[in-house]
Formats: sequence, C-alpha cells, structure tokens
Amino acid sequence: MLLIPCPWCGDRDETEFGYGGQAHVPYPEAPETLTDAEWAEYLFVRDNPEGPFTEQWVHTAGCRRWFTLVRDTTCNDILAVHRTGTTNPVHP
Amino acid sequence: MTAEVTTPRARSPLHHRAHLLAAADVEGPRGVRLRELPCAAQVTLRLDPSSPAAARVAGALGLPALPVEPGGVRTAAGATERTVLWLGPDEWLVVGPEGDAPAIEAVVRDALGDGHGAVVDVSANRTTLEISGPCAREVLEKGCSLDLHPRAFGPGRCAQTLLARAAVILRQIDTGPTYHLLVRGSFAPYLADWLLDAMTEFRSPEVPR
Ligand SMILES: [Zn+2]
Repeated sequence: MLLIPCPWCGDRDETEFGYGGQAHVPYPEAPETLTDAEWAEYLFVRDNPEGPFTEQWVHTAGCRRWFTLVRDTTCNDILAVHRTGTTNPVHP
Repeated sequence: MTAEVTTPRARSPLHHRAHLLAAADVEGPRGVRLRELPCAAQVTLRLDPSSPAAARVAGALGLPALPVEPGGVRTAAGATERTVLWLGPDEWLVVGPEGDAPAIEAVVRDALGDGHGAVVDVSANRTTLEISGPCAREVLEKGCSLDLHPRAFGPGRCAQTLLARAAVILRQIDTGPTYHLLVRGSFAPYLADWLLDAMTEFRSPEVPR
C-alpha cells in the first residue's frame, strides 16, 4: 500500500484516494476536426514511462480535492506533490 | 372531525440501538463508552476563504476567522454553541445543537449577502457517535489508519478519514479522550456494531505482554 501525501491533509493510506491517470493531458483545441484515430488517441492512449510519471489523484475519503503527484513507476517513490492550479510542490 | 396537525420529530439512525450502546459501557481503567448524539444541526459552507464574504461569515458566526488550516476546528462563544470544522480549502461544516440549522443557515446567508458561496443544510446526512473513556483511542485505532496519538492529534482537531472502511468526520473533543464521529445515517448501524464489537475486549483485563 502507498502512503500518499495529500497536499492538504498530509500522509494518508492509498485506500482513501482515487486514481485519475496521467496529469496534464490537454483537451483537443478543435475536437470536431479530429479523426476517429486521433480522438481515440486523446481518450485512451497515455504515456507509460519507466521512471517519474505525473499523475492525478483525488482524496476521496478526505478533503475530496484533486491534486497531482510525481511518482517513480519503478519503485513507487513519490517525488513531488502539487495542489491543483499551482506549480510549487507541497510537502505536507 | 378535526385532524390534529403534529410536527413529525426526526428519528435518529441509531434510535433502535440506544439500549445496546448503553449496555456496552466498559468501566474502569480500560473503560470506553459509546453513545449516539442524535440530530445535530449541520450546515455545509463553501466559499473562497480570502473573500470579504469569508470574513463576514466568520464574524456572523462569532469567530475571528474561519479555520484555514487542514483539520482546524473553531467553536464560537455564544448562547448557542456552534462549531466550524475545516473540510477542505474552501469548505467547512458548521455544527450546532438540534434544531439550530435554519438559524445557522439564515445567519450565514445574511452574512454572505451578494458574495459568492453555497450554504446547505445537511443535518439529515449524518448522525454523531460519541466514543469516550481511557481506551477510546485504542478502539478507534483498530479500524483507523490516522495517527491519533496526542503527539499528532488532539482536542480542537478534526479529520475526514475511513474508520472500519466507513467514511467519517472524526473530531477529538477532550483528552479523556472523547471523540465525535460524524457518519452517514445509512452507515451508522454498521459502524455502531463494529465499534461495539471492537469495545468487547476491553471488558477483560489486559493480556500480559
Ligand atoms: Zn486531503
């Protein structure tokens, strides 16, 4: 189990959180111009790096806020946590 | 024939278990006691804590400011005891005595004025379990991953977390210790049963290590 540092509440068990996948995936500027393949790429295809990965989590059983964290996919170390809308890491 | 008009009184979610809770008291140095405090007034408040409306609302509730630190709790001095719990960076729960919700809502709405915010009476959402006694913390620790040791948690703090997989707002009242657990009505019988079971071992002497 991961111990996840919510940028508001501090360290909490993974069971209190929901996972939101890769962070900072931009919504297409003109979705009506996309081909089916491009739309499918936006909807379903995500990076799968070996190493640091920026992802979205929500503290469902706590403050219910979404935030982003950077997790090393090889060892699950959490490298940084950000409140939504900020670029400064938070270390609660 | 005239129909008698009566105002229905709320029946709390653990009304039917009150006798079970009362019969489960454990006395002595390993004591622990569980009760339902039914029908507390609860009003959800959402607004920008840096807005002028936030200061007006705090003032109207008799507070110098709304708690902005995670897990913060403020109790207003006044004729009616009202407590504001931090639930999120722009969200609070105002808790008062039974029947106080319409008054809280009116006071807060009036203070909000044209300010941007939301005020909702959610009194029917949750009931309150009070667990107290020298071993109350040990009982909670059987199903809660938060560090409730005095070095990390204490009176005047609250947290939203899971207790025995049920979502609760946990608040410490005093160092007895006494805790209040705000839990959804539909989860309350389950959580009360879980707590009654978790309390049972404290009737027996501590097993020597
Ligand atoms: Zn949180």
